[in-house]
Amino acid sequence: MGTTNTVLLVVLGVLALVFGVLVFTLNSMARVTFSLLAALVCVGGVTTVLGLPYLGVVIVLMMVMEMVVMAVFMIAYMMNPAGLMPMSMLHNKRGALVISGVVFAALVAGIFLVPWRDSAALQPRDTTFQVGRALMAEQMLTMVTLGFVLLATMVAATVLATHRGRYDRFGDDLDQRPAKDPAGGGVGR
Amino acid sequence: MTFELILVLAAGLFCTGLFGALSQQSIVMIMMGIELMIGGIIVAAADFWHFLAPGAPSGQVVIVAAVVAMAVEMAMGFAVTTAIYRARRVDMTDMAGDLKG
Repeated sequence: MGTTNTVLLVVLGVLALVFGVLVFTLNSMARVTFSLLAALVCVGGVTTVLGLPYLGVVIVLMMVMEMVVMAVFMIAYMMNPAGLMPMSMLHNKRGALVISGVVFAALVAGIFLVPWRDSAALQPRDTTFQVGRALMAEQMLTMVTLGFVLLATMVAATVLATHRGRYDRFGDDLDQRPAKDPAGGGVGR
Repeated sequence: MTFELILVLAAGLFCTGLFGALSQQSIVMIMMGIELMIGGIIVAAADFWHFLAPGAPSGQVVIVAAVVAMAVEMAMGFAVTTAIYRARRVDMTDMAGDLKG
């Protein structure tokens, strides 16, 4: 690995950790969301520097869209969206710190105690081709499973987010009158 | 040594996210913690692929699966948040204690 790549990795790694910590220390919800976005963009950057440009760019693009959506939900559902009235949004802070500290210590111990062996394999010339071929050949079952998971997620998320469906309003045979809603909504009927 | 240091970065991201997921009261903030944890897994998978097995595509496939997990987690998390808020005006985990397993 060249010097430029090593410097890039160090800078992106430190920035990812700093922004990750800021996510749980800042008050303003907009800043929190964009800190998480910055941390995950650094993750995409690390992935790119490690030789996976396609996946790195996918992660960055996906995270930008995801965090923009998340900002809307953050401001809608948070107790103190603007950060103008500082308040604690934590519970069992000490317990959480202890658990995450112990897990970190165990992971670092494992990282330095395991005798990793050096790889003799060479990197493929085109890493995008490698992942594309794997997903369309030997890892096809993984890709099919991921596809079904995404479809199920779309259906389940829509079902959960929809207040009342067509059959709830009109019954299984569509012969009942709509229930009397306490509040108006929908298309105004 | 670079290999181990990147794994430490991955562990740091994972444990920062773990702290958030365990300590935050708001459901949306818990989701942010989980996103950060999955970010750590992505870094670790890229590291394993680069240094240990660049010839095998398995490391890349793990990253694809982790990215899908991120998308699924966000979509389902927001849907559940919306459903529970609509049903009971609850947006904090402490108020939804009866959802405990």
